[in-house]
Amino acid sequence: MSDKTMSARDVVGRLESGMTLGIGGWGSRRKPMALVRALLRSEITDLTVVAYGGPDVGLLAAAGRIRSLVTAFATLDSIPLEPHYRAARERGAFELTEVDEAMFMWGLHAAANRLPFLPVRAGLGSDVMRVNPGLRTVTSPYPDAATGVREELVAMPALRLDAALVHMNRADRLGNGQYLGPDPYFDDLFCEAADTAYVSCERIVDTAELTKEAAPQTLLLQRSSVTGVVEAPNGAHFTSCVPDYGRDEAFQQMYAATPYAAFAERFLGGDEPAYQSAVQAWRKERDQ
Amino acid sequence: MSAGRAEYCVIACAEAWRDDGEVLASPMGLIPSIGARLARHTFSPDLLLTDGEALLVGPDGTPEGWLPYRRHLTAVTGGRRHVMMGASQIDRFGNQNISCVGDWSRPRRQLLGVRGAPVNTLNNPTSYWIPKHSPRVFVERVDMVCGVGYDRAAAAGPSATRFHRLPRVVTDLAVLDFATPDHAMRLVSVHPGVTAEQVGEATGFELVIPDEVPFTREPTARELELIRTVLDPKGLRNREVPDPERAARDRGTPGRGVPGGPGGGGR
Repeated sequence: MSDKTMSARDVVGRLESGMTLGIGGWGSRRKPMALVRALLRSEITDLTVVAYGGPDVGLLAAAGRIRSLVTAFATLDSIPLEPHYRAARERGAFELTEVDEAMFMWGLHAAANRLPFLPVRAGLGSDVMRVNPGLRTVTSPYPDAATGVREELVAMPALRLDAALVHMNRADRLGNGQYLGPDPYFDDLFCEAADTAYVSCERIVDTAELTKEAAPQTLLLQRSSVTGVVEAPNGAHFTSCVPDYGRDEAFQQMYAATPYAAFAERFLGGDEPAYQSAVQAWRKERDQ
Repeated sequence: MSAGRAEYCVIACAEAWRDDGEVLASPMGLIPSIGARLARHTFSPDLLLTDGEALLVGPDGTPEGWLPYRRHLTAVTGGRRHVMMGASQIDRFGNQNISCVGDWSRPRRQLLGVRGAPVNTLNNPTSYWIPKHSPRVFVERVDMVCGVGYDRAAAAGPSATRFHRLPRVVTDLAVLDFATPDHAMRLVSVHPGVTAEQVGEATGFELVIPDEVPFTREPTARELELIRTVLDPKGLRNREVPDPERAARDRGTPGRGVPGGPGGGGR
């Protein structure tokens, strides 16, 4: 069995411009921010990003790395609207495929199950159909027992990904990933829907350590669908990574109020340790 | 004890979940949250509530179930849920927009995105809460249909109408529904202190206004006590919907900014 540990830089080295990239987490929760920051330090661009959007989308959109975005929303949770995403969208910086939250989930399910699409009711009657003229409907081959009606449903296409990036609380060197918070979000689906999947985590531990105190159902990611593991303590910062830490609300507020160029200059110029020290310095300055 | 405007709003929201049985109450916004918990405490004891994250909880916060996002989406599509959403725009047939203002391809203002509005409206009863009733929100045509209204569901066919239902719209002024022959929005009740004409003027399309419009019902003494001492002891509800009488008094107080105003000056 192979050791899959690598650095964030190694991960980015395996990605290419033009790829379709799935990013796990939800809004401003458990986003693989260290991997996103590594991506921002690279030259990779022209991405199709598939995400339940948070600051990952805000940063990549502001930096001009996104050609096309597939999402149902972009939010910072405690700040309802993602300001950098908004600004990029209002200046027409990228193409948008806007689908409903459930359609998005079924697109991942379809990809994970190697199906071309899955039928969903969501979308019918809404402008999701108007703004996505490529979306098709299917008619059920089975008439309803009571009414005889054969329902017409939306055929949500598979959201197959070239690569997925997710962040876990713990992982082992083989790629088994563990979440210790209350919600798995859709991170396992992202990994299963992707040709390659890269997992950053707060701490890499021995396999036996994973279930020493936590129940086996916290083992969300199976190594068979994971390509690389990156140890990135505080790697979801400033999004939440419960129970290791909550969202850094003060930092998030500053992020939302700072023009992207100024934010990038102060926080994204160096490597991940440089980012973490810049955050510490910012905190010290603020507390004085 | 006389009720304030925010408390009538709480009551009107709570009533949305009456007779819903054992389903998940999904309130978005503060006043709907207080309303859902009030209903759970009183006339709809079988309701399921969440902690706003991934747990189902009893009224005292005791966990009774696990509801991460993907199971929440199953509750939506399975129909065992009644959501009360917000709306940046809503039209006469209940089409709702939270995505963007202006042309979708190059919006003037990007908002949240469609979120779960399409799946909600096609699969489980969906009510709306609008804290500031105005012609900017109540528009002739929404810019992007996220939540599906009655006309659009009907045009989309039986799969769209099968589980589609918009029980009510609650605002800071009134309660509205779609119980008309063509499902156009109708005024059901006004909160005390509000007139039907006022609601009509604050609505950017022609609202169905019956000859007799009752007032939103009074809270019971127990309901008021629950709201004030258990559900919202800090009075946060008054920030979401300021009481017009108190606001008028405040406006009339020297040193508080805007001078005068209706009913101002009395203390």
